[in-house]
Amino acid sequence: MSVLVDASTRVICQGFTGRQGSFHSEQAIAYGTRMVAGVTPGKGGQRHLGLPVFDTVHAAVRETGANATMIYVPAAYAADAILEAADAGIHVIVCITEGIPVLDMLKVKAALARSEAVLIGPNCPGIITPGACKIGIMPGAIHTPGRVGIVSRSGTLTYEAVEQTSAEGLGQSTCIGIGGDPIQGLDFVDCLAMFENDPDTDAVLMVGEIGGSAEEAAAVFVQRQMSKPVVAYIAGVTAPAGKRMGHAGAIVSGGGGTAEAKYSALQAAGVRVVRSPALLGRSLAEQLRR
Amino acid sequence: MAHALDPGCSMVGGGFWSWAGCFGVLLIGSMEPGTWSLPKNPAEYANLPRQSAPMAVMLIALGHADCFRSYWMSMNLHEYQAKQLFAQFDIPVPEARVAETLEEVETAAAALGLPTVLKAQVHAGGRGKAGGVRRCNTATEMQTTAKALLGSQLVTAQTSLQGLPVSRLLLERPVAVERELYLALLVDRAAERITIMASASGGMEIEQVAASRPEALLVSRIEPLFGLRPWQSRQIGDFFGLTAEQQPALNRLLGRLYQLFIECDASLIEINPLVVTRDGELMALDAKIELDDNALFRHPALAALHDPSQEDAREVAARAEGLSYISLEGNIGCMVNGAGLAMATMDLIALHGGAPANFLDVGGGATAERVGRAFKLILSDEKVAAVLVNIFGGIVRCDLIAEGILEAVKDVGVRVPVVVRLEGTNAELGLQRLAQSELAIETAATLADAANQVVKAAAQAGAHEPVQSDAGAGERV
Repeated sequence: MSVLVDASTRVICQGFTGRQGSFHSEQAIAYGTRMVAGVTPGKGGQRHLGLPVFDTVHAAVRETGANATMIYVPAAYAADAILEAADAGIHVIVCITEGIPVLDMLKVKAALARSEAVLIGPNCPGIITPGACKIGIMPGAIHTPGRVGIVSRSGTLTYEAVEQTSAEGLGQSTCIGIGGDPIQGLDFVDCLAMFENDPDTDAVLMVGEIGGSAEEAAAVFVQRQMSKPVVAYIAGVTAPAGKRMGHAGAIVSGGGGTAEAKYSALQAAGVRVVRSPALLGRSLAEQLRR
Repeated sequence: MAHALDPGCSMVGGGFWSWAGCFGVLLIGSMEPGTWSLPKNPAEYANLPRQSAPMAVMLIALGHADCFRSYWMSMNLHEYQAKQLFAQFDIPVPEARVAETLEEVETAAAALGLPTVLKAQVHAGGRGKAGGVRRCNTATEMQTTAKALLGSQLVTAQTSLQGLPVSRLLLERPVAVERELYLALLVDRAAERITIMASASGGMEIEQVAASRPEALLVSRIEPLFGLRPWQSRQIGDFFGLTAEQQPALNRLLGRLYQLFIECDASLIEINPLVVTRDGELMALDAKIELDDNALFRHPALAALHDPSQEDAREVAARAEGLSYISLEGNIGCMVNGAGLAMATMDLIALHGGAPANFLDVGGGATAERVGRAFKLILSDEKVAAVLVNIFGGIVRCDLIAEGILEAVKDVGVRVPVVVRLEGTNAELGLQRLAQSELAIETAATLADAANQVVKAAAQAGAHEPVQSDAGAGERV
């Protein structure tokens, strides 16, 4: 009843004993996520939050059968952490860390192309299958199990989308925050394809923003490959050109990447677009009633 | 004396850096007229900045390369700093000096001789047309021009109406140009590759060339795990129509540019124009470099090249406080947690007939201290007539955020109407706290209500006190 992660997913945390890693691992455990271990180089053999700590991801995988990881290590070491996880055979790599150098990510992406691993992020809130598995920094309580897939480039705006769908009595199958960086793991098309193939997802809410061309690519995908309804919102209609709006990837430049361009591409593809961020939930509910 | 600059690019050996006598440049004055193509108008002179930001971005606008959608967090270097890096990497640049005072201009001129091209150092294109690039034939002309430029605000098509301060001039000895080419390296977001863009038509006309003849552009992508390959250099040389004798120079230049790109964590290097000199040498007459902000932690020497005078003062102050802030033209201040939600809040205000005064992401924490700093920042903008606080409290409880807002409003002495919308954990409790306080804080039940209320409040406040228009702010590229 979900994509990528569910109640059987065995999760580790890289950067486990750090402040962020500890806090969010605790939250994940409290939510019911099947956390099996943590990794902090130099602290192998210790126990933290009731779980074993390993020096390497390889050891954690060998000893616990982990198949997913959440990464909270500092930006300077994050690329290494992703590559380590991929080499150790981790299937779902969620990188929360923000501020990873672009050239590091270019190499990571090239290396991952030859691996089975799926990368979510970096600079993202993570992924959650409500009631089953929370990997990331999102507040678990706003989510409700259900049949709407949510994919978003933002953090709190994703929570807004979740909250609004929950308020409409619609729950979520899985919510994926793909992150705000220019070079990222999963993109909209990857996620839409997974939701299309997921028997437990009925519709998708897609939250995009200015910059890049991922939303335009998504529009083409929806038109050609999707049977399920998609509702889309794009943030940044009022964002001035040439300014980065917080996220590294959120910038309109040279007339490309505008919200309007994305809206028209999506609309042309038959996607229902929402202009008001206050109407995400209601629009989706209306779309599903049709 | 000549301004000896040493950014100490950490990866490169050899500290002291000098432009003098490095390259076989020719004096225009000693040449017969008409033997090479030189623009008559000094403003059109070879060392011309781009008209509309880096060309690669312009190409997207024209639809010729759908790969170059944007830059991300990047730090701009001045032209003189970029050329200084070029020199460190043995990439040929014209003989030049940098001057901050009229005395330094005089010394530099004495070393360089006449004529000399004076170039105002600002972080914006369009300098040529704005009078920021001047060719001076006499010492008097040079002094007059330098006096007019130094300390002035240069307004170009790419700056705000206030322009950007000119605190340095680059003085360059003119170069005898045979051909003008275009060469750029940048991170192509969609292809996830460092990409080379080349055109045999560099310089002033490049935008028009791109518009009318897209086939005049070559795009060559570099495999991240292999790096620049020799065939790519041959391909570009062939595209440029270089001779067999000139090809080795391109091989060297491209190799060093790529090395610079990687070692300095650049996100863009653009040379427009790259020239073939009368001597058959390749030389960078202009240089634009943008560095990846995220990688500056491993380049302290490069980070030190940052020039905050070229940016909006409030944005610089915000960054120092760990807040992400951008000035806009409207009168409704926005304080939001999260970049996406902050943009969405701006859009919502516009949708309800208002105009946002700023983008502001207070970050996930939204503690009293951060909220206080954010209020101060928003209110330092005099055109703000009302403030909308929109916080989605997830991990942080809304009642705690409400306490923070109350504390901040009291401390800062907020005098404009404040509308608060809280959502998330303990939202109702938080709103209750706000409603019960004696402070003039309006609470909103929904996101749409919040937008309506703040637009109304701003309109009322605006009726008493006309809002100053600040057209042009936030237009900078």
